[in-house]
Amino acid sequence: MSDSFNSADNYQKTKKLVGYVPRLEATDKTYSDLGFKCGLEIHQQLKTEKKLFCRCPVGLFQKGDDYDAEVIRHMRPTLSEMGEYDGTALMERRTKKNIIYRIKNESACTYDIDDTPPFPINRQALDIAIELALMLKTNIVGELHITRKQYLDGSIPTGFQRTAIVGIEGEIPLKNKKIGIIQLSIEEDACREVSDIGHWRIYTTDRLGTPLIEMVTYPEMLTPDEAAEAGQYLRFLARSSGKVRTGIGAGRQDVNVSITGGTRIEIKGVQHISWIPELTHNEAFRQKALLEIKKILSKSISDKNKWKLSFKDIDLNLLNNDLAPLKKIAQQQKRITAVNLPGFKSILSFFTQPGQMFANELSDRIKVIACLNRPNIYHSEMVESPLSFDSVTNLLNAGENDAQLIIWGPSEDIDTALEIVEERCLMAFEGIPNETRKSLADGTTLFERVLPGPNRMYPDTDSAPISIDDSDIEKVKNNLPIEVVDRFKQFKNWQIPEDTYHYLLKNNLAPVIEKITNESTVSPRFVGALLGQSLKYLEGQHSWTSGFSYNKIYGMIKYIQDKKLTWEIAKEMLPLVYEHPNVEFESALAMINYLPKTEKEILENLPILKNKFNEIRISKAPEASLKWIMGQLRKLAIGNIPLKDLYLLVKKELKND
Amino acid sequence: MTDIFKGYKGAALEILKKFNIRVWSESKVKTTRGDFEGILLPRAENDDYEHLVLKLITGYNIGIAVETIEDIKEVGYKEANYKIPEKEFPITPGQPNIKLFGTGGTIASRLDYRTGAVIPAFSPGELYGAVPELADICNLSTEKLFAVFSENMGPSQYKKLAISIGKEIENGIDGIVVGHGTDTMHHTAAALSFMVQGTPVPIVMVGSQRSSDRPSSDAALNLIHSTKTAAESDIAETMVCMFGPTSDKYSLLHQGTRVRKMHSSYRSTFRTIGDIPLAMVDKDKITPIKDDYKKRRKDKNVKILPYFEEKVTLLYYYPNMQPDIIDSLVDNGYRGIVIAGTGLGHVNKAVYPAIRRATKKGVAIYMTVQTLWGYVHMFVYDTGRDCMAAGIIPTENMLPEVAYIKLGWVLGQTENPEEIKRLMLTPIAGEITEREPYNGYLIFQGGIPEVEEFIKKIHK
Repeated sequence: MSDSFNSADNYQKTKKLVGYVPRLEATDKTYSDLGFKCGLEIHQQLKTEKKLFCRCPVGLFQKGDDYDAEVIRHMRPTLSEMGEYDGTALMERRTKKNIIYRIKNESACTYDIDDTPPFPINRQALDIAIELALMLKTNIVGELHITRKQYLDGSIPTGFQRTAIVGIEGEIPLKNKKIGIIQLSIEEDACREVSDIGHWRIYTTDRLGTPLIEMVTYPEMLTPDEAAEAGQYLRFLARSSGKVRTGIGAGRQDVNVSITGGTRIEIKGVQHISWIPELTHNEAFRQKALLEIKKILSKSISDKNKWKLSFKDIDLNLLNNDLAPLKKIAQQQKRITAVNLPGFKSILSFFTQPGQMFANELSDRIKVIACLNRPNIYHSEMVESPLSFDSVTNLLNAGENDAQLIIWGPSEDIDTALEIVEERCLMAFEGIPNETRKSLADGTTLFERVLPGPNRMYPDTDSAPISIDDSDIEKVKNNLPIEVVDRFKQFKNWQIPEDTYHYLLKNNLAPVIEKITNESTVSPRFVGALLGQSLKYLEGQHSWTSGFSYNKIYGMIKYIQDKKLTWEIAKEMLPLVYEHPNVEFESALAMINYLPKTEKEILENLPILKNKFNEIRISKAPEASLKWIMGQLRKLAIGNIPLKDLYLLVKKELKND
Repeated sequence: MTDIFKGYKGAALEILKKFNIRVWSESKVKTTRGDFEGILLPRAENDDYEHLVLKLITGYNIGIAVETIEDIKEVGYKEANYKIPEKEFPITPGQPNIKLFGTGGTIASRLDYRTGAVIPAFSPGELYGAVPELADICNLSTEKLFAVFSENMGPSQYKKLAISIGKEIENGIDGIVVGHGTDTMHHTAAALSFMVQGTPVPIVMVGSQRSSDRPSSDAALNLIHSTKTAAESDIAETMVCMFGPTSDKYSLLHQGTRVRKMHSSYRSTFRTIGDIPLAMVDKDKITPIKDDYKKRRKDKNVKILPYFEEKVTLLYYYPNMQPDIIDSLVDNGYRGIVIAGTGLGHVNKAVYPAIRRATKKGVAIYMTVQTLWGYVHMFVYDTGRDCMAAGIIPTENMLPEVAYIKLGWVLGQTENPEEIKRLMLTPIAGEITEREPYNGYLIFQGGIPEVEEFIKKIHK
């Protein structure tokens, strides 16, 4: 290695070359220069009692180590209907995973472990899917064809997900534009992963089979914020039906990103919509970085077809002090291999994402495909290298412009790892490999698997097509909820504070506001704030007490109206009702120390207060006494007289002085 | 002329003709529900006539109701070329030569648009493409005898299969594998047990419970296990090789006359009844469970007895059975009746006259038990004695389906009642055993703590 080369400097230099800026410094122009495009796939569980293709109950979850039985399986790729193998399938085949399913009798049956063919599709779920497809303004298919989508990672014991298109070609309105919807499909949810270590992957079958819809947009979002906006809209739309599940994991999203000259990369399992902007931002720059690497390699290496890595196993008995950290590894692993990557100097430490460099692309694939747990490589461009590569360069007869890796693990996994490293390096000459990536909370991503194509689809020979007649559609159409975009308008008309919109839509509270205001004289604006501010605040303090429901709020408002109290008392009562839903409203009033007072009784306190204020006043401002007195009277007035009215009365009294 | 409207009929066919659209067209369809675009796929035979099927660019299929269609335009054409990649099956000198006979079933299969179901793919090349591990086990050759579903297998197929197996043995093959649908695999296994006697090599029947068009199929592993058995095992009998547990762990080798399909869909559906299996087989080894099996020999001697009388039936007894059932069998020329009786082998009094009439006319009537496990004991109760007096002959612990196959086979050879009885009651391939081991009857009851504990520990 030449002395002038420094990995840390190279990382910073390449980061600059790529033009990376943190998201908060990025503008619309940043993304239009990149040619940023983003599409979404939103998954949403449906609120049904039973699973989609069997009669198991939905929503009973088990802990990873709590199970009644285990089944072990392996997956083999099969041909698509059009006669092709799918790339993802072939990749998963190479991982040679043993897949274990942990079954609880209460939540899984013989269908779940693929020992029984599917039962007829859950009609309740299909009706909800049709409803959502209509809300997305898609064209509803004439006949539902259950299709098998191959998943060889084992997440579904059959090796495929049963899925069917309900509608295609719809649209949703955003603030400034419309976004096209490619399709809405109904499908069964997959298993939950417990662990994935080496060649063993463990799943639980509790979530498996839960009815789910997938809404797919065209890649028409041109900035990360637009992508998040579309994600929110779709979420609100699903929630507005009142027929979808909520809670952790009930809604999940995959995000597709590409830039000019790049390719579609799918970021899977984005847990929160708020993660979307950072993830898509970083992915766009990762693609930019890979395109820069391609440019450099095409200049520095004349014939990529002749490019080959070379490798040598390191004699475990000859580990010198240079390679001291390997001594410990050598105690556990049978094989340690040194790899030379010709012409890859300065590529390994090339910036790809914040905190990641090209070498991570190699390490990630080795983890996933060769099943070698991280850390699984040392390389010659680590920023803080625990070992010196001098003896390795000698061993490999490496040249000045080469880079080196050290890989360790079981011998046959090393064979796979060497193939993978070579493959991935060759892909660097082409630019960006088609892949799906796993999202991390810090906004970066990891390689997950090769991007599947249409070749993984196969008709489900176990199910007959299901006709969707015009009468089925009409039945649903007549009961569609109000559109989300119209809800926004409605909130505006109601003059509900804008900061509550998100919360109200997320929890589908517009129908609750409507119900309360239809049956009392309270204003929608007041109820909107009561829910979107007071209740939201309480939820932030602690979760719902059992027995509490929106009906309690409805009852409370009725009570206040019947007692002829003023609405402001609702905000005082709510914390108590929220925490003790079974307490009578009468007692709740007593517990917050409410006393009935007439206007006259309240104002009788004025002379004393005025005197008191004059004793203690510090401010000369003319409003000061009014403010202070209002503060003193507030408690007495709430529920008895609107504070606004009291304010005017007090003001008048003070003026009279 | 090839059919360019594959499977479409009625209104669907009319609309295709109207707009001049053929199957595999890339089509743009205008409907009252909006526009759809994709490749027009063939229609399965049993589906309705009211829909067209399109494959969208995303790979999904959808149906379009004919009554909603306003216009269709063909914008391209793309015919699917569905083929399992064929690679030449490598021959390794020194490896055993194994013959795989195909009868149908789902060992290796592909989609059949006519029925919308799967049809078998079979050549050694195709099998090697799908299950390359086979080349490390044996040198495989294949012959497709028929392509029928299991339920369509019958006497003529049994005979042809037995004769074909005989020829291969005479030519010095090291082992036979028979790919078969699972529904009636145990009937065919019984037939081969009687028709192919004294085989010097293993005859292994195999199938799959999950078709090989799915990644989780048991087909590949069953095929690996069965070819390994045919190639390496020293058990020279007709056997069924299917999953032991539902997990991908091992297959069991069941004797052809003691095996039965016991679950409509489980992978571990085949069970040895009234005895224990011959052996376990996994990728690495064959582990014998019994030791009194017939051993592999070096000679090429085998007796092929391809006989079968088709006028034989299996009658499942139920309370209040009327005598006219038996009368009509006799009047329709049936020569043999196997009854699956209740308990120890009983039928009601009402049918006695019909039975007496039948035996008088020379119809052979044999008794088995519908409990499947256990022996026929017709001496225990008067009813049993009366039945025997009426001419019913008990068959010990022969399984009902096996007794049916055996009676057909016997009646195909002789009309002499004494000879029929002698052949029926002389065990040929374990169909009657002298004793039932205590562990020949084990049906665990789920829910019981010790069973649950056991289930949790093993890979079921």
